[in-house]
Amino acid sequence: MIPAAFDYTAPSTVDEAVRALVAGGEDAKAIAGGQSLLPVLRLRLAAPTLVVDLSRLTELAGVHDDGDSLLIGALTTHHEVQRDPHVREHAALLRLATDTVADPQIRHRGTLGGALAHADPAGDLLAPVLALDAVLRCTGPAGTREVPAAEFFTDYFTTALEPGELLTHVRVPKLTGWGARYEKFSRVAQAWSIVAVAAAVKVVDGVVEQARVALTNMGPTPVRARGVEEALTGEPATAEAIRAAAARAAEGTDPVTDGNADAEYRTHLARVLTERAVTAAVSDA
Amino acid sequence: MRITVTVDGVNYSDEVEPRTLLVHHLRDRLGKTGTVVGCDTSNCGACTVHLDGRSVKSCSVLAVQADGRAVTTVEGLADGGELHPVQQAFHENHALQCGFCTPGMIMQAIDLLAEDPDPDEDAVRHGLEGNLCRCTGYQNIVHAVRDAARRLGGTR
Repeated sequence: MIPAAFDYTAPSTVDEAVRALVAGGEDAKAIAGGQSLLPVLRLRLAAPTLVVDLSRLTELAGVHDDGDSLLIGALTTHHEVQRDPHVREHAALLRLATDTVADPQIRHRGTLGGALAHADPAGDLLAPVLALDAVLRCTGPAGTREVPAAEFFTDYFTTALEPGELLTHVRVPKLTGWGARYEKFSRVAQAWSIVAVAAAVKVVDGVVEQARVALTNMGPTPVRARGVEEALTGEPATAEAIRAAAARAAEGTDPVTDGNADAEYRTHLARVLTERAVTAAVSDA
Repeated sequence: MRITVTVDGVNYSDEVEPRTLLVHHLRDRLGKTGTVVGCDTSNCGACTVHLDGRSVKSCSVLAVQADGRAVTTVEGLADGGELHPVQQAFHENHALQCGFCTPGMIMQAIDLLAEDPDPDEDAVRHGLEGNLCRCTGYQNIVHAVRDAARRLGGTR
């Protein structure tokens, strides 16, 4: 399978990339690692007339410690995220979820920014970014703006990125010393999540002081499980309390029925996986 | 578009269409048919090569994205007549039947051992999760990778 023909440009600055995307209009597409885009092009599910390769924008690679948050360049590969000491210490949830993305070859090429901009509801990095209250920095023809993760994902494969706008950085507030777990359910290795749960908890003297829980593939966008967070906060971190909180996991979700699972089964999975994820996060705290 | 790629230590400069996949460039233009196309959907890993020393699926990289970079294929592993230790371990452990997945398995195994010189069985299975084999049941592939680790001196 061979992609349809396209023109190609590899700009060396963000401004040049934005100009190229604007000039290409609706039929231009940005490529970073290409691990989501190339399969789409090969299957001809998309046929852009211009592909703008971001790989020379080396300013967008790497993880920087920036006070009370980490500033992660959009071109940082999954492999780099997995091994970064700052991520390990301050954003363990992101690392654990990244460990489950696809396979080693794809993690060598695929990027954090690419996965977020692709916005596949079954993708494993959307829910952690939402749970961590990350802020996404975007640069376009109108300048640079910062979009909270809660406003970035708007629908299936759709984000708040405007035409010509690029995701350049992901700002992740540090959750140092929190326990974390990404609990993923899929049929086989390297498969997409049928449902997955991202959980991070701060436990002080056996009591859950703060909790963050977000769900993968329980609707067109990642979903914060606010009911679970409320139920856990201020409660002792016991098995009973976690089970009671997890019962609220599917509140406000809109899971699909597809070839992998029906909506009812996904609702069941959300509760079961939330209980497992929070239990594991508590013992990690 | 003109690109220059070093493949198995040799520089090749060629005119390519931007849509050309690296695997097709390797096979159809450069004659490096040791790297095969298995699934064409990024799943099977048969087309795995190293790009600047890291394993990638060459069906999921554009040839233009390899411009100025170094590619190693399974054809670049043997030293004269002598097989690479991972190739030798696959040979001696009967780690293949039809052999179609083998180039990718070997390239990924080398990447895995570079990162973890002494992987246990679980680490080998996880490290090869992006490579599918429909013949062996994986058992002898795992044996071969652990044997290769010993040959390469990783075992403590």
